[in-house]
Amino acid sequence: MRGQPRILGGLAGLGATLLLAGPALAAGAIEGATTTQPTNWSAIGMFFAFVLFTLGVTKWAASKTKSAADFYAAGGGITGFQNGLAIAGDYMSAASFLGISGLVFTSGYDGLIYSVGWLVGWPIVLFLIAERLRNLGKFTFADVASYRLQQTPIRMLSAIGTLTVVAFYLIAQMVGAGKLIELLFGLPYLWALIIVGALMIAYVTFGGMLATTWVQIIKAVMLLAGASFMALMVLYSFGFSPGAMFQAATEVHPKADAIMRPGSLVSDPISAISLGLALMFGTAGLPHILMRFFTVADAKAARKSVFYATGFIGYFYVLTFIIGFGAITLLMGDPSYFKTTVGADGATTYNKVTDLIGGTNMAAVHLANAVGGNLFLGFISAVAFATILAVVAGLTLAGASAVSHDLYASVIAKGRATDEKEIRVSKIATIVLGIVAIFLGYVFEQQNVAFMVGLAFAIAASCNFPVLLMSMFWKGLTTKGALIGGLLGLISAVALVVLGPTVWEKTLGNPAGSAPFPYDSPALFSMAIAFVGIWLFSVLDRSQTAKNESEAFESQYIRSETGLGAAGAASH
Amino acid sequence: MEPAAYAKIRRNPKFIELVQQRNRLARTLTVVMLVFYFGFILLVAFAPGFLGIPISEGSVTTIGIPVGLLVIVSAFVLTGIYVGKANTTFDNLNQQILEESK
Repeated sequence: MRGQPRILGGLAGLGATLLLAGPALAAGAIEGATTTQPTNWSAIGMFFAFVLFTLGVTKWAASKTKSAADFYAAGGGITGFQNGLAIAGDYMSAASFLGISGLVFTSGYDGLIYSVGWLVGWPIVLFLIAERLRNLGKFTFADVASYRLQQTPIRMLSAIGTLTVVAFYLIAQMVGAGKLIELLFGLPYLWALIIVGALMIAYVTFGGMLATTWVQIIKAVMLLAGASFMALMVLYSFGFSPGAMFQAATEVHPKADAIMRPGSLVSDPISAISLGLALMFGTAGLPHILMRFFTVADAKAARKSVFYATGFIGYFYVLTFIIGFGAITLLMGDPSYFKTTVGADGATTYNKVTDLIGGTNMAAVHLANAVGGNLFLGFISAVAFATILAVVAGLTLAGASAVSHDLYASVIAKGRATDEKEIRVSKIATIVLGIVAIFLGYVFEQQNVAFMVGLAFAIAASCNFPVLLMSMFWKGLTTKGALIGGLLGLISAVALVVLGPTVWEKTLGNPAGSAPFPYDSPALFSMAIAFVGIWLFSVLDRSQTAKNESEAFESQYIRSETGLGAAGAASH
Repeated sequence: MEPAAYAKIRRNPKFIELVQQRNRLARTLTVVMLVFYFGFILLVAFAPGFLGIPISEGSVTTIGIPVGLLVIVSAFVLTGIYVGKANTTFDNLNQQILEESK
C-alpha cells in the first residue's frame, strides 16, 4: 500500500518525460527512413521509458517480496479493484487488441462474435469458481484440485495441464511479439525475442507476483487510455453517430453491407457451439488467471475483482469494435497505408483488406497514426510491446509456480521444502522457461501459430476446468477419476486440434478436406470426454481411498462455502 | 482448524440457508448467462439473416449490433447483481455463521 503514491507520482513524471523526449526522438525516424524498415525512435523511446519505470517498480516489489506468499500471491495484499485491472490486463493481450480489431477490419460483425465469447466466461468464473478458489487454495489451482485427493497424481496432472496451456499460449505470444516488434520498431526478430525474454525473467525472478501484477496494471491503464482515445477520435470524426460510422464503413469496405451481419467465420452449428464452449470455459481454466485470485485478501475481494475485470474487458471489446470500424473508414480510402501496385494503364490499385501494410492485424496501429500522428503511433506501438511483456510475465509466473509449488514442493519434497528453497526453484524455473520461450519463439518463426491460443483455451476448458469444477462440486470425485478424466480431456483436445482442418490441412499441408476431424474447435467433444471420464472412473473406483476422499468432501465444502480457516492462507 | 467448528457450522440452520440462497442465485445467473450467450451463438449459426435485418428503414445498422452489445452489457450487469448481493446479504450471514462456530 505504501508504494502507491510513489508509483502514481512516477507515472506523472513519466508522462512529462515522454512529452519532452517524444518530438526530438520522432525527428530521428525521418532521417533514418530509407527503403528498409525504418527504426521507429519515438516508439522505442516510449517503450524504453516504460521499461525503466517497470524495472523501478520491480525493484520496489523485490524489496517487499520475502516469503513464498509474497512471491506467488503478492502477500494477498492486492485490492479487488487493482486485481480487476490486473486480470483485465492479463486478458487484454496484444493478440486480442490487434487481432480483434484486425478481424473487425476484415469481416466487420464477426469480430464482435469473438469478443462476446471471450467476455461471457467471466460471469461463469464468478458464479462457480472465484470465491471457492480463494477459500480453498493458497498459490495455484492445484491446491484446490488436490485438496482432498492424493497429492502426487493430482499435482502432476495440474502441472501438466498448466505447463501445456502456458507453452502454447507462450509460443503464440512470443512469435507475435517478434513479428510485431520487427514491424513496429524495426528491430530484428531474434533481438525482439531476447528483449522480451530477458525483461520477463527480470520482472518475475526479482519482483514475483507483486511486480507482475503492477506491470500488468500499468499496462492495462495505458492500453485502456490509448484505445479510448482512438475510439473517441473515430466517433468524433462521425459527429459521435455510430450510425454514420457504419454507413461510411459499408460504403468503403469491399464486402459492403455484409460487414454488418454474421459472415463466414462461424460456418456450422457444431463449430459455433464448440468454439463458444472453448471460449467460455477456457477462461475458467487458464492457470495465470486462476492464480490471480490468490493475490486478494478474501472471497469478497475475489468477487469484486471479477466484477471490475468484466467491466474493463467488456468496455475494451466495445472499443476494439469501434477501432476496427474506424480503421475501415479512415484507412481503406488512403493508399499510403497499403502495398499498392501500378497497373499497365498507370492506375494505382490495391486490395483494401489484404494489402494493408504489415497485414490486417496492423489495422489498429495504422489507425493510431491516422488519428494521432506519429507520436501517438509510437505510443500505441509501445503499449503493444508492453502488453506482450506483461502477458508473458504472467504466463511464466504461472508456469514456474506449477514447477516449484506443485512439482517440487508437493511431489518431490513432499511438503517439507522451506520457503527459501521453493522460491529458489521457482526462480530457476522462470529462467529456464524464459530461455525455452525464446527458443520456441525462434523455432516457430515461420509457422502459423494463430491456432495455438485456441488450443490453449481448448486444453484449459477440457483438462483444468473439469477437474477443478468437479473437485469443488462433486462429492464422488476420486483421484483416479480426476487423473484419468483430466488426461483424457487433455489428450483428446490436443489430438482433435492436430486432426482438425487448421493444423492437418493448413499447417501440415495435407490436401483440403482430408482432415479426419471436421471441426476447428474440439471443446464440445473433448470436454464431454473429460467429464464422462471423470465420472466413470470415479464411480468405478471402489477402493478405501476413494471412500475417504468422498468423506473428506464435507469439510472441504464447509470451507469452500464459508471461508472457514482460509483467511490467513496467503499470509503465513 | 478444530473439527468442532465444522460440526457446529454443519448443524447451523443459517449455513443451510446461506448455501441454498447463494447457490440458487449463482445457478439462476449462470443459466441466464448461458441462455443469452448460446442464444446469441445459435442465432449466428442458424439465423444469421435475422441479425442482418436493419434496425430501421434505410439504415445500415443491423439488429445484430444492439444484440451483441446487449450480451456484453448483460455479462457486466449479471456479475454486478451477484457481487452486490453476495458481498452484503450473504457475507453478513456468513459472518454470523463463522462467529457462531467459535
